[in-house]
Amino acid sequence: MDYLDHLEAEAIYILREVAGQFENPALLFSGGKDSITLVHLALKAFRPGKFPFPLVHIDTGHNFPETISYRDWLVEEIGEKLIVGYVQDSIDAGKVVEQKGKHASRNALQTVTLLDTIEKYGFDACIGGARRDEEKARAKERIFSVRDEFGQWDPKRQRPELWNIFNGKIHKGENVRVFPISNWTELDVWNYIKREKIALPSIYFSHERDVITRNGQLMAAAPFMQIDETDHLERKSVRFRTVGDITCTAAVDSQATELEDIIAEIKASTVSERGARMDDKVSEAAMEERKKAGYF
Amino acid sequence: MNILKFITAGSVDDGKSTLIGRLLYDTNSILDDQLEAIQKANRKNNDGTVDLAILTDGLKAEREQGITIDVAYKYFQTEKRKFIIADAPGHIQYTRNMVTGASNSDLIIILIDARKGVIEQTKRHSFLASMLALRKVLVCINKMDMVDYSEDVFTTIRADYERLAEKLGLEGVDYIPVSALKGDNIVHASQAMPWYKGEALLSYLEAVEFPVEQTNNWRFPVQWVVRPQTDELHDYRGYAGRVVGEGLKVGDEILVLPSEQRSHISAIELAGKELSQAEDAQSVIIHLADQLDISRGDIIVNASHPALAERHFEAKICWFDQKPLDSNQVYLLQNHSRLSKVKIQEVFYKVDINTHELLYDEIIKLNDIGKVAIKAAEEIVFDLYADNPKNARAILIDPRSNLTVGALIIEELAS
Repeated sequence: MDYLDHLEAEAIYILREVAGQFENPALLFSGGKDSITLVHLALKAFRPGKFPFPLVHIDTGHNFPETISYRDWLVEEIGEKLIVGYVQDSIDAGKVVEQKGKHASRNALQTVTLLDTIEKYGFDACIGGARRDEEKARAKERIFSVRDEFGQWDPKRQRPELWNIFNGKIHKGENVRVFPISNWTELDVWNYIKREKIALPSIYFSHERDVITRNGQLMAAAPFMQIDETDHLERKSVRFRTVGDITCTAAVDSQATELEDIIAEIKASTVSERGARMDDKVSEAAMEERKKAGYF
Repeated sequence: MNILKFITAGSVDDGKSTLIGRLLYDTNSILDDQLEAIQKANRKNNDGTVDLAILTDGLKAEREQGITIDVAYKYFQTEKRKFIIADAPGHIQYTRNMVTGASNSDLIIILIDARKGVIEQTKRHSFLASMLALRKVLVCINKMDMVDYSEDVFTTIRADYERLAEKLGLEGVDYIPVSALKGDNIVHASQAMPWYKGEALLSYLEAVEFPVEQTNNWRFPVQWVVRPQTDELHDYRGYAGRVVGEGLKVGDEILVLPSEQRSHISAIELAGKELSQAEDAQSVIIHLADQLDISRGDIIVNASHPALAERHFEAKICWFDQKPLDSNQVYLLQNHSRLSKVKIQEVFYKVDINTHELLYDEIIKLNDIGKVAIKAAEEIVFDLYADNPKNARAILIDPRSNLTVGALIIEELAS
């Protein structure tokens, strides 16, 4: 088998283990390329049957509109169920307080909405598109990552995970985060998208957009961004390498309009994918701390 | 292009992180923002060079203590291959984490400090490599720069290791003299060791292959039954799983274990495409000629090379829990997709994993390795380790804590 076949076979195996071991799993879908790849893998794992889980989107309300229209198109196309958890609901219920000021982002708030959504629907497993090459705390996480009742990851108490035997036994209230594409790199994902001809939201490809520069990063000039006279607005040819909340996802200068161009760009890149994520720049252990708090 | 998964185990002192850092750095796999993060953290080695361990030690506790606690996975790629490195702790206290990393690796790099030679840790790691049936052991004799690149030192250590390998039944061990710090024989052949005629580490890793045995002893553990139950696909019934072993093809006579039902394979499909055969490790859906009662946990095997289905057997055990093994307790054995209740009936011996001596001590504690007799509540489907290691593996789960408390390698039927 080719390396992409091998990665695909492993991911399909993991998805089927989730289906077999859990009563009420969910697939966390952000509209980004990694979760889109997961949906494609789930089609391969379960068709001609239905998915044994719904897609769950945690909506910060600060989305790229292209992501939402893609999400709705995809759900229609595959005929599977979508559940949306709204960060706005958590804010309205007084469970979280919105950050203030110019650099406010709802990214951190989504953990609370995610945990509430898990509790509301009683999900015992959540499949996510995290990859170990993204970040050094993720590089340490098991494929079946057990979280306690509060969604917390305890890196010192990870279960041994041998061969391809995954232990999904949990107590009531706990849940497991499952990462079928743990062993894929960013480049593997792109090569796979190209090979499988997977459709993506348009923002992954180069387009003209109004941007401002903050901390050396190009941020989209969106309605939720607080832009003042100190910001310099300019129109540039950009694309997004990773898609999260609009307030914390930076664009990159790019002319890449085709998948081949993107792959060439990534191969030549001297900055990692998470380099365009403001949420990781906070501190050295930013990701580890967020995971401990329940982030996926 | 295919994938090579390998493990390096050890501590910072062994030069493990330097070796990995060197492989990543010299293959341009470390990006600017990651380097910037290292520089920002301002962790330096004693000699003032940047400490590459920070790339792999991903947890705060690891960076604070300067040790590796859990496995980190690192990825890099050359024109020839994709590599997955399991960067594992070497300390005895974290044996279970090393076992996690080793269990999914094809190859282990055993690092030996040229100044120290074969030490306790070498023996421990080699023992685990042998127990887990890694396909290849590569001994890198490191810090050759500290012993004046001496061929004699290399030859002496190699001879010592050969004796150890023979004792453990490790075959086809390869040896490379390196200096991870100076870059000798890592990516580029060393100028300082003209007496060494072999390959540098990277070209070795790019080229190493493992022969595939055409044994036809494929096993197909059923993970999931695909039954759309729609009008058009009313009778569709596909068994989804991942092939273990070679030779599965349409037309094969099959046996379902443990129920012993028989049929033959009528079709194999992968994402709607029909295949005439399926390879080892491929995730597919198979169809049988007859309507049988098969569900998750059953194992379909080649009828001409059946597996065993037994309630009593003997296995090597590796214990991972703080709480010692309790022979009065019921544990859950998980192999492939099946969970079965078991009891440990007898502890025959423990192995001192540093000296490989047998200890006649009946208490199996955290990180202990021993040999036990197991009794299961129902028939377990497996092969013996000597015949088919990939189907001789299981984990033990404590049903009270739900933790993975042990690993089993089934070696014999009950005597």
